[in-house]
Amino acid sequence: MMATRAGANMIEVLLYALLAGLGVAAITGPLGAFIVWRRMAYFGDTLAHSSLLGVALALLLSISPTLSVIATCLVLALILVMLQQQKGLASDTLLGILSHTSLAVSLVAMALMPDIKVDLLSLLFGDLLTVTGKDVVIIYAISLFAILLLLKLWKPLLAITIHEELAKVEGIPVTAVRTAFMLIIALVIAIAMKVVGVLLITALLVIPAATARRFANTPEQMAIFASLIGCSAVIIGLSCSWYLDTPVGPSIVLSAGILFLLSLTKKYN
Amino acid sequence: MSEALIQLQGIGKYFNNNKVVSDIDLSIEDGQIITLIGPNGAGKTTLVKLVLGLLEPDEGRVIRHSNLRIGYMPQKLHIDPTLPITLGRFLALAEPNTKLCIDALKEVGIEKHIHSPLQSLSGGEMQRALLARAILRKPNFLVLDEPVQGVDVAGQEELYKLIGQLRTRLPCGVLMVSHDLHLVMSATDEVVCLNQHICCHGRPDQVSNNPAFIELFGTKTATYTHHHDHEHGLHGEVVHSNDGDSSGCQHD
Repeated sequence: MMATRAGANMIEVLLYALLAGLGVAAITGPLGAFIVWRRMAYFGDTLAHSSLLGVALALLLSISPTLSVIATCLVLALILVMLQQQKGLASDTLLGILSHTSLAVSLVAMALMPDIKVDLLSLLFGDLLTVTGKDVVIIYAISLFAILLLLKLWKPLLAITIHEELAKVEGIPVTAVRTAFMLIIALVIAIAMKVVGVLLITALLVIPAATARRFANTPEQMAIFASLIGCSAVIIGLSCSWYLDTPVGPSIVLSAGILFLLSLTKKYN
Repeated sequence: MSEALIQLQGIGKYFNNNKVVSDIDLSIEDGQIITLIGPNGAGKTTLVKLVLGLLEPDEGRVIRHSNLRIGYMPQKLHIDPTLPITLGRFLALAEPNTKLCIDALKEVGIEKHIHSPLQSLSGGEMQRALLARAILRKPNFLVLDEPVQGVDVAGQEELYKLIGQLRTRLPCGVLMVSHDLHLVMSATDEVVCLNQHICCHGRPDQVSNNPAFIELFGTKTATYTHHHDHEHGLHGEVVHSNDGDSSGCQHD
């Protein structure tokens, strides 16, 4: 009886993990394609790191961590864009400062909250196996919203990616589109945190998209293939983790990395 | 005379309290080709951005015609190689109607590349692709930032010819940016020589003799320009001596 219940629980845990992983991979594919095209990998990485600040804030203020992470990422994204326009420091230097300072601030802040026990490892590398049914619902709601928003922004965002000033002259509201794009990144970071943790989110964005490039002839193909490759990585990684008892987040990223290596055997389209 | 497409009145722009351009008065009318020349750092790009509305002036004002439709051809595209996009798709971003896109490609002479990846185009083809996209907007004002950059000499001549044809077909006014005067001599109505302010302006042959222009561009270009003028002068002389000969013939 106990064994059966444990078995049923195990299947539930695995199913939730799988569903959550697939829900996140669906949006990290197309979003990752834009991150790659716009050369924003480091930008995404910085935001992902600073999302830990959102977690620390949520603990401090006892508010929803998902909401807090979205808000923190969005505010930091807008500050970053503003700072990048100042031209005082090179963009990657600025990102490097912000990325690691925010990571350090959140780690120190969490250490200073003695009443709260934080599982740092699961924050940094994800803990898909603790995902609940409620988490799955939140992940799908956010993922779906992000996908719809990205679909709506698709054409103007593509135009901006190719030439921002040309797009602006042609009447595209560049600032609004870019801000909405930042919102999508913030949303995706908030849900991807659970799957692969703050340190590995960029991997889930960049690796499937880079893998998909070799098979795609259009931007849309690349986005869809990236989603499918991300989903495959989730399935393979989760299976590995199940059979080999390896950490889930890193297993998923490793699977994506291996798929990328395999794709190198194919000629560029 | 028709209303100007765009008029700049006493325009000035500063970056971090450094003057980039100042006291710019410029007016462009329908069917007119104006070429902006000036050394690096003269503020050509800034002025183009002010005209395009990408920058707001700190001084003066820009008056745009109520029906102004700008077709902009940027200097260069930096497209990441990871973006899979064909020439046809690139044009579709400006005009969803495929037939119109093909027509524009035919006009600039690269319709055979419609399915080629954008990154595979040569320098000249890329400039034509950018021009095609500008045309698709059905503009009455074309702004071309270094339109012949990276194009070989024969291609440059063709591009200028094309721009000249577009001016009457669309019809439109044209503002071009160029590095050197001798390339655009025959292709432009008026030259505006910029070095943070407008040093001199006028017909190409007038400007090339202007001391301000010669000072700005140094002896090398000035010599070249002089050479060019000399050809014109020689041509005139030849015509003149022919006249003499023919009158001589008549006498005979």
